[in-house]
Amino acid sequence: MSLLDKLDAVAAARKALLPEGIDVFGTPIEEVYSSTEARIGDRRILFLGTNNYLGLTFAPECLAAAHSAIDNEGTGTTGSRMANGSYSGHRALEREFADFYHCHSCIVFTTGYQANLATISGLAGVDDVVLIDGDSHASIYDGCRLSGAEIIRFRHNDMVDLEKRLRRLGDRSRSTLIIVEGIYSMLGDRAPLADIVKLKDAYGSTLLLDEAHSLGVLGKTGQGLVEETGLIDKVDFITGTFSKSLGGIGGYCVSNHAQLDQLRYVSRPYIFTASPTPATIASTRAALKLLHDGIELRQQLWKNVHQLYSRLDDLGYQLGPEPSPVIAIILDAPRQALMLWKGLLDHGIYVNLVLPPATPDGRSLVRCSVSAVHTSEQMDHVGSAFAELREIIFE
Amino acid sequence: MASDYTDVLQKLCHHLKQFCEPDAQITPQTDLIHQLAIDSVKLLNLVMEIEDEFDISVPLNALADVQTVHELANLIHQIKSAQQ
Repeated sequence: MSLLDKLDAVAAARKALLPEGIDVFGTPIEEVYSSTEARIGDRRILFLGTNNYLGLTFAPECLAAAHSAIDNEGTGTTGSRMANGSYSGHRALEREFADFYHCHSCIVFTTGYQANLATISGLAGVDDVVLIDGDSHASIYDGCRLSGAEIIRFRHNDMVDLEKRLRRLGDRSRSTLIIVEGIYSMLGDRAPLADIVKLKDAYGSTLLLDEAHSLGVLGKTGQGLVEETGLIDKVDFITGTFSKSLGGIGGYCVSNHAQLDQLRYVSRPYIFTASPTPATIASTRAALKLLHDGIELRQQLWKNVHQLYSRLDDLGYQLGPEPSPVIAIILDAPRQALMLWKGLLDHGIYVNLVLPPATPDGRSLVRCSVSAVHTSEQMDHVGSAFAELREIIFE
Repeated sequence: MASDYTDVLQKLCHHLKQFCEPDAQITPQTDLIHQLAIDSVKLLNLVMEIEDEFDISVPLNALADVQTVHELANLIHQIKSAQQ
């Protein structure tokens, strides 16, 4: 099969799964009106498929900071952090993230994807083992591949399976990096962090926690699962992203291990890419302050989460195992998921469609992402649409 | 050692039957992807079952070189032998 034949096979598989004329993956957003509303085609729609958990993309403080940074520092850095791309804002954001987590140090990366790529490939090498949850994000899998380490999966959130695999490693468990997520992006469930920490300690391993979906969402000051569980001192490395609760793009790694700083000299995804733009850094710094102080935003977010999760549960939809800002509706077949996705769009609601092989166990998902700035009326509208569509989807 | 490999192959074929069509013919030379339609998701689920059966962990890196039933059986056999 030639290079281009492989892509033709992808096109054929996509055509078999999705009808003509519906651009499910890469839906064009024509205009954005606010954190929760936009125009698709000629229709005003409600965003229920973004990761804008705190609704900060239009926060006046973030907009003002970004505008000012563009005016004062230009549109881009045009260089790597290793060269000309470390402005005072980049270094300030690193200090602020380290303070936020009460940690020794932080490194800021250009995207959340690169934060995992750079951290994992910088920490683990060919003689090491990475032990990852089966439902891990693609950035974790790709970081592991880049590291050259031996990659072993354990069953999603299954502590018996994790212990079995640590036991099988013998002495190698001491050169093993366990990687889990605060909230998993597909089903919205949390890692059982206390049990993972116990195993990590018992086997002398190192633990990396990705708080991409839990930053700003869990814990009194929004640190994530580490704060909710009170286990921040037990986690070796925390990674996360600016592109969800912080409403920007970029990523970070914080740690109390002094060696973290050395990643700057060995991580290719850190070295060989341009640093985040001044506007991104400035809006993220403003957003981090709002996130830290955003107790009321978190309260409103969780109120919205419980309202929608309960409504969908009452309607008989099969949902992810626990309420979270990621609410996954699990469907038996891709066609059913596509019908629900299209039906919601016809009701003026945009959600995410996730089809195999990107899903756990080959299931099809319609994934809702709840925001603190969704109004009660918007949540009611969503509930009514799901109620109406239920009869069509399951008939 | 040969009998160990045979034992692995037999057990692997038993697990494979649950992942493919009932009338599928499985031999050591059978191609997992093209002849048994074992896609990447099915392969990972199959590997999880095999790992439990043999009390081993199969690194994802090693699966990249596996195409046939024999190659998978050989990989399992090698990991199990190294563990003993």
